Amino acid sequence: MAGPGQRDLILRLPVVGLRVFWTPIVLSLGMLVIVLAVWASGDTVLALAVTAALIRAVMVIGLYIFIGNSGVLAFGHATFMMVGAYGVAWLTLRPFNKSFALQLPEFLAAHQYPMLPSAIAAALLAAIVAFVVGIPIMRLSGIAAAIATLAVLGMFKTFYSNWSEWTLGAATMPGIPIYVDMWIALAWVVVALFAAYIYQRSKYGLALRASREDEFAARAAGINIPRQRLVAFVLSAFFMGIGGVLEAHYLGTIAVKNFWLTITFILLAMLIVGGQRSLTGALVGVVVISTLIEILNSLEAGMNVGIAVLSVPIGAQELTIAGLMIIILVFRPDGIMGGREVPWPFGKVGRIVRDPGAVEAEHDPLRRGVAQRDGAP
Amino acid sequence: MTGLVQNAIDALALGSLYALTALGIGLIFGVMRLINFAHGDLIMIGGYALIVPSSAAAAVAFIGAWPAPAMVAAIVFIVMLFALACERLAFRPLRRANPSVLLITSFALSFFLEHLVVMIYGGRVKAVSIWPELLEVLPISGVRIPYLQIVTIGVTIGLLVLLVLFLKRTPMGIQMRAASEDFSTARLLGVRANRVIAVAFAISGLLAAVVSLLYVSQVGALTYSMGIPLVLFAFVATVVGGMGSLTGAVLGGFVVGIASVVLQVALPVAMRPDRDVFVYGLILLILLMRPSGLVKVKSIEEKV
Repeated sequence: MAGPGQRDLILRLPVVGLRVFWTPIVLSLGMLVIVLAVWASGDTVLALAVTAALIRAVMVIGLYIFIGNSGVLAFGHATFMMVGAYGVAWLTLRPFNKSFALQLPEFLAAHQYPMLPSAIAAALLAAIVAFVVGIPIMRLSGIAAAIATLAVLGMFKTFYSNWSEWTLGAATMPGIPIYVDMWIALAWVVVALFAAYIYQRSKYGLALRASREDEFAARAAGINIPRQRLVAFVLSAFFMGIGGVLEAHYLGTIAVKNFWLTITFILLAMLIVGGQRSLTGALVGVVVISTLIEILNSLEAGMNVGIAVLSVPIGAQELTIAGLMIIILVFRPDGIMGGREVPWPFGKVGRIVRDPGAVEAEHDPLRRGVAQRDGAP
Repeated sequence: MTGLVQNAIDALALGSLYALTALGIGLIFGVMRLINFAHGDLIMIGGYALIVPSSAAAAVAFIGAWPAPAMVAAIVFIVMLFALACERLAFRPLRRANPSVLLITSFALSFFLEHLVVMIYGGRVKAVSIWPELLEVLPISGVRIPYLQIVTIGVTIGLLVLLVLFLKRTPMGIQMRAASEDFSTARLLGVRANRVIAVAFAISGLLAAVVSLLYVSQVGALTYSMGIPLVLFAFVATVVGGMGSLTGAVLGGFVVGIASVVLQVALPVAMRPDRDVFVYGLILLILLMRPSGLVKVKSIEEKV
C-alpha cells in the first residue's frame, strides 16, 4: 500500500513530467500549430516550403546535438547527410532504376526495402561513419577539430563523386520514391527534439556541457571528454543522416554537390542566429532563417507590391543570410535565444535538477551570468 | 630521369601556391588566432578585378589588359583594400571573441564575398587570359615545363626571402613576431595592436593577390567559388605544418603539393580521381601521429 508521500508523488508525476519535458513539448506544439495553419490554408506551395524547413529543422537539431552541447565547431556534418541520403537511395530505389546505372550487390540491387526501416538503417550507416571518423577527431579541441571535420567533408565528397558504381559520381541520382510531406517531416522533428532534449538532460549530455564550459575543470572532475564528444557526434550524425534521408524522399533526386559548403553554411547560420547553446535557439534559428529565405525567394522572383514589382538580384539571398550571421556574431554571439530554453511559467514543481555548469558557476561570480543564461530547468 | 625532374617541378609549383596561401592564413592566425576562411575569396576577388564588372557571359578584360607592372600593382592594391576592409568591418569588433567564433565569422564572410561577386558578375564561369606566353613550354628536350611553373617557384622564393627579412629586420616585423608570441605582453611593451593586425592583413592581402595572378594565369577561368579548393588545401597545410608556425605553413604547403603530385603518379589509374581523399586524409594521419603538426609552437598551447 502506498504511503502518503508516495501517493503525493504519483499524483504529481504528470506535472513533473510536463515540467521536465516542457521545452520539447512546447517546441513540438509550436511546429504543430504552424503545420496545422498551413494545412488549413490549403496552400500547397507553402506546404512544400514548410516541409523543406522542417527537414532543415531535423538537420539543425542534429548539428546542435554536437556543436551546442560540446561547444566544438564542426563543418563536416553534410557528410552524414550525404551518407544517409545515398544509403536510403540504395535501399529504396526500385530494382528497375538500380539496374539502370548502378552496380550494387545482389541484396541491394534486387530488392526495394520498406521506407521506415530503410530510413533508420541509412541513418545508422551515417552514425557508424561518424563513429569511425570521430575516434581520431574527438581528441582534438577548438579549431583543429573544426578543420579536421572540414577535411572529412572534403574526403567524403571527393570519394562519393568518384564512386560511380554506387553513386553515379557527380551526376544526379533520380527516381527516389517521394513520400515525405509536412506531417512526416513534423514527426521526425518531434522525434529529434525529444531525443536531443533527453540526451542533453542525461548524464552524458550534462558531462559534455560541463566540458563545454570548462574543459580543464571537466577533465579534473573525471569526465572523459573525447568519449563524451564521440557519443554526441554519433547521435548528431544519426539525425543528420535522417535529415539527408528526408531530403532524398522529398526531392526525389540527390547529387553529391548538394552536400557541400552551401548547405553546411545555411545550417550553421540557422544554428548561430537562433543561438547554438540551446535546443530552443536551434529551432528558432530554423524558423527565422527559413522565413527570411522564403521572403528573399519571392523577391528574387519579383514580388508585386501594389504599384511596383520589387526584385533583388540572384545571390542576394546568401548575401543577406551571411550579413545577418556576421551581425549576430558581432552583436549577439549567443544568438537570438542567448542559450535559454522555453521558460516554465507555473512556478516550482518537484525536485529541480540542476545543470552541473550552473552549480559550479554559483561559486564563481564571474561565471554566474553564463549559467543563468543557460537556464537549465 | 626526365619524368622525375618534371614531377619535381610540378610538385614545387603546386606546393608554392599552397605555401603562399597557407602563409597568408598563417600570418593572421599568428596575430589574432583567426583561421581566415575568406582568404580564398580574396584570391577570387583578385581574379575578378581583372575584368569589367558585368553579368554578361563574355568577360571583357579591364585591369587584365593593362601592362604587367600596372596590372600587378592594381590587383595587389585592390585585394589589400578588401583584406583591410574585412579586418575593419568584421574581425575588429570580434577581437576578444574566441577562435571558433572568429572561424565561423570568416566562413560567413566568405559566403558574403562570394555572393557579392555573384550579384555583380553573375554565377557563370568566365574565361580570362593574362600572360598567355607564360603557358608556353620551356625549350628543353624531354620535359614539359611551362614558364609559368618557373615563375611561380621564383616568385614564391622571392616573397619568402622578403617576408623573412621583413619579420627579422624591420621594427614592424619584430613587433609582429612579438605579437604572435604573446599578444597582451607585446601590447604592454608598446606594440600597437591595431597597426600590427592591419599590417598582417595587408601582407596577407598581398600574398592573396600574388596567388590570384599566378592561379588565374594557370587555369584561365574565373568562378565565384574558385578560392575554396585553394583555401581548403591551405588549411590542410597549416594543420599539417603546425598551427601558428609560419615555417610550418610553408613546409605544410609544400608537403601538400608534393603529396598531391606523388599520389597522382603513384596511385593506380582507377584510384587517381580519389587523390584528394588522400590529401585531405593527410590531416587525420598527421593529427593522429603528431597532434601539434610538423613544427610545434609553444605559445599556441592553451594555458590553464
